[in-house]
Amino acid sequence: MSFSRRETILMALGAAAATTLPMQARAAIEDAIAAFTDGAEPTEGGITLTAPEIAENGNTVPIEVSAPGAAAITILAADNPTPDVATFNFGPLAGAQAASTRMRLAGTQDVIAIARMNDGSFVQASQEVKVTIGGCGG
Amino acid sequence: MADNVTPRVRVPRDAAAGDTITIKTLISHPMESGQRKDSDGNTIPQSIINRFTCEFNGESVVEMILEPAISTNPFIEFQATVPESGTFAFTWYDDDGSIYEESKDIAVS
Amino acid sequence: MRLSTLKTAACGLALVAAPLAASAEDLLINGQVEINTEVQPADHMKGIVPVVRSGWTFRSPETQVLQMDDFDNPGMIFVDQGMSLWQTGDGETGESCADCHGDMAESMEGVRASMPKMNPEGTDLWTLEENINNCRTERMEADEWAWESSEMLAMTAAIGKQSRGMPVDVEIDGPAREWWERGEELYYQRVGQLDMACANCHEDNYDNMIRADHLSQGQINGFPVYRLKWGGLGSIHRRFKGCMKNIRAEPYNRGSDEFKALELYVASRGAGLDVETPSVRN
Repeated sequence: MSFSRRETILMALGAAAATTLPMQARAAIEDAIAAFTDGAEPTEGGITLTAPEIAENGNTVPIEVSAPGAAAITILAADNPTPDVATFNFGPLAGAQAASTRMRLAGTQDVIAIARMNDGSFVQASQEVKVTIGGCGG
Repeated sequence: MADNVTPRVRVPRDAAAGDTITIKTLISHPMESGQRKDSDGNTIPQSIINRFTCEFNGESVVEMILEPAISTNPFIEFQATVPESGTFAFTWYDDDGSIYEESKDIAVS
Repeated sequence: MRLSTLKTAACGLALVAAPLAASAEDLLINGQVEINTEVQPADHMKGIVPVVRSGWTFRSPETQVLQMDDFDNPGMIFVDQGMSLWQTGDGETGESCADCHGDMAESMEGVRASMPKMNPEGTDLWTLEENINNCRTERMEADEWAWESSEMLAMTAAIGKQSRGMPVDVEIDGPAREWWERGEELYYQRVGQLDMACANCHEDNYDNMIRADHLSQGQINGFPVYRLKWGGLGSIHRRFKGCMKNIRAEPYNRGSDEFKALELYVASRGAGLDVETPSVRN
C-alpha cells in the first residue's frame, strides 16, 4: 500500500492538527503506553531504538529495537492515525531481545519503544524521525 | 486472500550448537491500512497480516503483533539460538483468515 | 546551471544546493556483485554531463542499503514470482517461456541492457514489455499482459535481473536513429503548466534539492524499480507519467510512441551504467 500525495498531506494536516490539540493527541499515545505498561511508569535506559533521523519516504522507515533481558518490546508512533506499530514477544529461543522491521510514519513525529523486562519493570526510548513530504512524488 | 502472497525466509544452512543466528523474513502483502479511500471516497477496509510467529522444533523464538503501521511487504529481522539440528517454522496470519507458512532446516554441529 | 530559466517562483519549487555530497561508497550487492554507479559519459553524452550517475548515488544511506542485499530488497519477491511465471505454461499452446528459452539466466542475459531495440523486422522499436507480449500472443497464443500488471512487472524484473551488473548498451544508430532523435527532442521539449522539460530537472539541476527531494539524473538502468512510495514495482513508463504529472502536463500513455522514443533516448543517456534491476528508490 502507498499513500497518494493528497492522502499524505491530509495525514500531515492531521498530525499538525494533533500538535495544536495536545490533549487529544497525547491521550491516544498515553492510552497506548498505558495499555502496554498497565499504568506503570517506564524508566530511561536499557533499551535502544535505531531509526533514521530523516526518512526519504514515510511509507517505509527502517527501525530496530533492542532491550537485553526484555520479555516484550512494543513500538509506538505518537502522531500516526493510530499509535500502535508492532509488539515483539520473545520466546525462550530468541537469540537476542532485538528485532528490526519497516514502518509507516504519517509525518515527522516521535517514535517510541517500550520494553517489558523479565522482572516486570518497563524501560522506554524515543526518537524523532523527520519525514520528507514534497518534492517529486511521481 | 491477498493476491500473490509469497513468503521469503533467510536462515543459515548450518551453525554450531548454542550459536546465535540472524533470521530475515519478507512476505509480499499490501498491508491495507484501513486509512485509505478509493476513488469513490469509500474507505478501503483494513486487510493486513496481523501476527507472525517463528518457532524452532516447536519452541517459540519470537512472536510479532503487526498493526496497520507496518509497511507493505512486511520485513522482519531477529535472532535465534539453535541448541540442536532441527526446523524453523514461520507462520503469518492474515486478517482474512489466511495463513501463510514456510519452514527451513538447519544443521547444528 | 540554468536556474533562471526555471519558473521557480511561479510554481513554488525552490531549488537549493543539496546539503550532502553524493555517497562515494560503491554499490556492492550481496558482497559480490559490483555495480558501476558512476561512469564516464558515452560519446553522444560528452559535454552534457561530466559523469553519468545512477539514481542510487542520490539516495539516503537507509534507502541505498536496501539494494545492497537481495534479501533486504523487496523487489526480489517479484523477481521470484517472475521466475515461477517463466516456468508456467499459458495460452492455447500451453507452453511456458522456459519451453523455448530454457534457463533464464542464460537466454535472457544481457537482454535488459540492450532494451529498447528495433524488432526483428526493423519496423518498430520494441520495449522489453512488447517483446514479452509478442511472445505471448504470437508463440504461446496467450493474452497480452497489461503494461503495469503484476505479471508483467514480475517478468520484466526477473528478466532484467539476468543483466544485473552488465552495462547499458542500446543501439541508437541505423533504423533506431529516428526513434532516438524523437526521444531527444521530447527530452528537451518544455511541456505542461510549469513549462518544464526533462532536462530542466535531470540535466540542469541534478544533485540540487527540489523542495525535500534530491534530484537525480533520471537514469533508468534499474527498472522495473521498487519505489518505497509505491510499495511495489513500477515500469519506466509509469515513472515518466509521474514526472509529467508533477510538471502539470498531460502524460503520454504507457507504450505510446512518445514514451518508447523517450525510453530509448534516456537509456542511451545512461550508457555504460550497470543494469541494477530491480533497484530500490524512494
